[in-house]
Amino acid sequence: MKIHEYQAKEILRRYDVAVPEGQVAASPEEARTIAENLGGDTVVVKAQIHAGGRGKGGGVKLAKFPQEAREFAAEMLGMNLVTHQTGPEGKEVHTVLIEQGVNIARELYAGIVLDRGVARNAFMVSTEGGVEIEAVAAETPEKILKEWIDPAVGFRPFQASRLAFGLGLTGSQVKSAVKFFRSLYRAYRETDASLAEINPLVVTSDGDVLALDAKMNFDDNALYRHQDILDYRDVTEEDPAEIEASKYDLNYINLDGNVGCMVNGAGLAMATMDIIKLSGGEPANFLDVGGAASPETVQQGFKIILRDVKVQAILINIFGGIVRCDRVAQGIIDALEGMDVKVPVVVRLEGTNSREAAELLEASPLEFSVAQSLREAAEKSVAVVT
Amino acid sequence: MSILANKDTRLIVQGITGSEGSFHTEQMVEYGTNVVAGVTPGKGGQTHQEIPVYNTVREAVHRHEANASVIFVPPPFAADAILEAAEAELNLVVCITEGIPVQEMIQVHHYLQGTPTRLVGPNCPGVITPGEAKVGIMPGFIHSAGSVGIISRSGTLTYEAVHQLTEHGLGQSTAIGIGGDPIIGSTFTDLLALFAEDPATEAVVLIGEIGGTAEEEAARWIQETGFPKPVVAFVAGRTAPPGRRMGHAGAIISGGQGTADQKIQTLREAGITVCESPAVIGEQVAEVLA
Repeated sequence: MKIHEYQAKEILRRYDVAVPEGQVAASPEEARTIAENLGGDTVVVKAQIHAGGRGKGGGVKLAKFPQEAREFAAEMLGMNLVTHQTGPEGKEVHTVLIEQGVNIARELYAGIVLDRGVARNAFMVSTEGGVEIEAVAAETPEKILKEWIDPAVGFRPFQASRLAFGLGLTGSQVKSAVKFFRSLYRAYRETDASLAEINPLVVTSDGDVLALDAKMNFDDNALYRHQDILDYRDVTEEDPAEIEASKYDLNYINLDGNVGCMVNGAGLAMATMDIIKLSGGEPANFLDVGGAASPETVQQGFKIILRDVKVQAILINIFGGIVRCDRVAQGIIDALEGMDVKVPVVVRLEGTNSREAAELLEASPLEFSVAQSLREAAEKSVAVVT
Repeated sequence: MSILANKDTRLIVQGITGSEGSFHTEQMVEYGTNVVAGVTPGKGGQTHQEIPVYNTVREAVHRHEANASVIFVPPPFAADAILEAAEAELNLVVCITEGIPVQEMIQVHHYLQGTPTRLVGPNCPGVITPGEAKVGIMPGFIHSAGSVGIISRSGTLTYEAVHQLTEHGLGQSTAIGIGGDPIIGSTFTDLLALFAEDPATEAVVLIGEIGGTAEEEAARWIQETGFPKPVVAFVAGRTAPPGRRMGHAGAIISGGQGTADQKIQTLREAGITVCESPAVIGEQVAEVLA
């Protein structure tokens, strides 16, 4: 699960990670009041969306007076902010974060993430802050310093200071950085985060170390024990069709193509998308109805796929193991009888009772195209859209 | 011969009285698996489907000389169930449960180092040695005994591959679903090492997917060790968009890593036959064995 920058900073503050003073605003007037209360020479107005690269898209602005903060907030609120991470349609801004301006001496990077290869959390820092860390990793990997965290003893103070010295920090900066890193790790670990990224991590002209930006993602599997983080969920940032699908335990991701597909199991669903493409088509979605597809989930699956107006054909690929294919076939027939489906439906059911399933589909007055193999199913569904 | 599970497997089921555990115990017994006991804390002393139930793994192991366990307990308790099974020194622990928090799996993974326990999963369909033992939730009837080993990150896509093999008259020595999570007990490489030593296995099918670098590590290992048997691979997710989790917690392209194209290229460079299409897995294996 993703959250907004201001929410991540709320969490960090709770763990004593240094962040700039600031508050979130949903209206220009609120923005002005917050700017006034913050005082100081400048404030930063930052659009809150679940995507990076906001600065280049006009979503981060420096304001000299409270009145200017109000104007920038008015510009940003309601605008569709387009960044390299949002896609061309952009994302609508509903809130802005108003923060005190900071005198930046250095821009660094700090991040914690799971290193799957060694099954440990890795703490990474770099002197190359403010740019995309993936680019740094690709071009100058030697500029990323890493400490792997031993699960038996946790993130040790010596590791934090090794990172601080590695960044070239000196004097009191080292002490601030060590405290910052250790608090950041505690925030990451105790909230079951899957990512905590501070980019840039800044050293101020006074020698303080603080998080100018903050990004946190969380392990969906652990959300059951973090109600406070679940409360941060912003559904306006999510695709309505994906939210609808998740209500029925379906896993749906909308894509750009025109061949809708419904499959049981994530791996087979990806493989089905791949074979649609190989056959000359474009998949319209990823839809996993669960390993044990039931007639009910199939019915919900149809509804979700048909919300997408780009869909010109539907391919159903179910490998029935524990669930019997004839039951799934009956589910498909029942679903289609109650719906007005105008696009051709290609069905491939393999596994337990697949023959009985094919007979049921053939005998139905509804128009199905029944395929015997994965290849035939893909070819048939692509043929109708080209 | 086979790997991991066979007719000598003496299996306990952790979470035997739950709905999943109960249903799949019946299926496993029907397949011919020797299920010797079940464990559900608080239900010790009962019998379930004529199988004795114990409060603790240690007691079940002690009474029945069990050597393997399969776990169906709910996600908040599953990491603990794995640790309990490992502490009882079972050789094989298969965790079917999906949804274990990753920070708990870091600890489990760490604990297992240096123990005699091999973990398969979590979030996997399990292990089957056709005709001998089924330790998991896969449909038994699609399998047939033979000489092709299968290691897969997926569930139903494994069934698809098995089905294609069986249709080509190619039976399987052992098929293992290793799971779709970011941290899993057994990797491609761990199991390839076992298949290398198994005289009954003549070829191995690897089914990978986007996310992580397990396929690349397997490719390097196969090349470096001069793996003695032909390997046929398929990698799902060439059309998957970056940054989106494709169902499995581990199936995500992030930071430019974990793309299918990268994996396919690395596998090919290691001399492995990679199927362009998921529909030709059976054909390709038949070809390399011809």
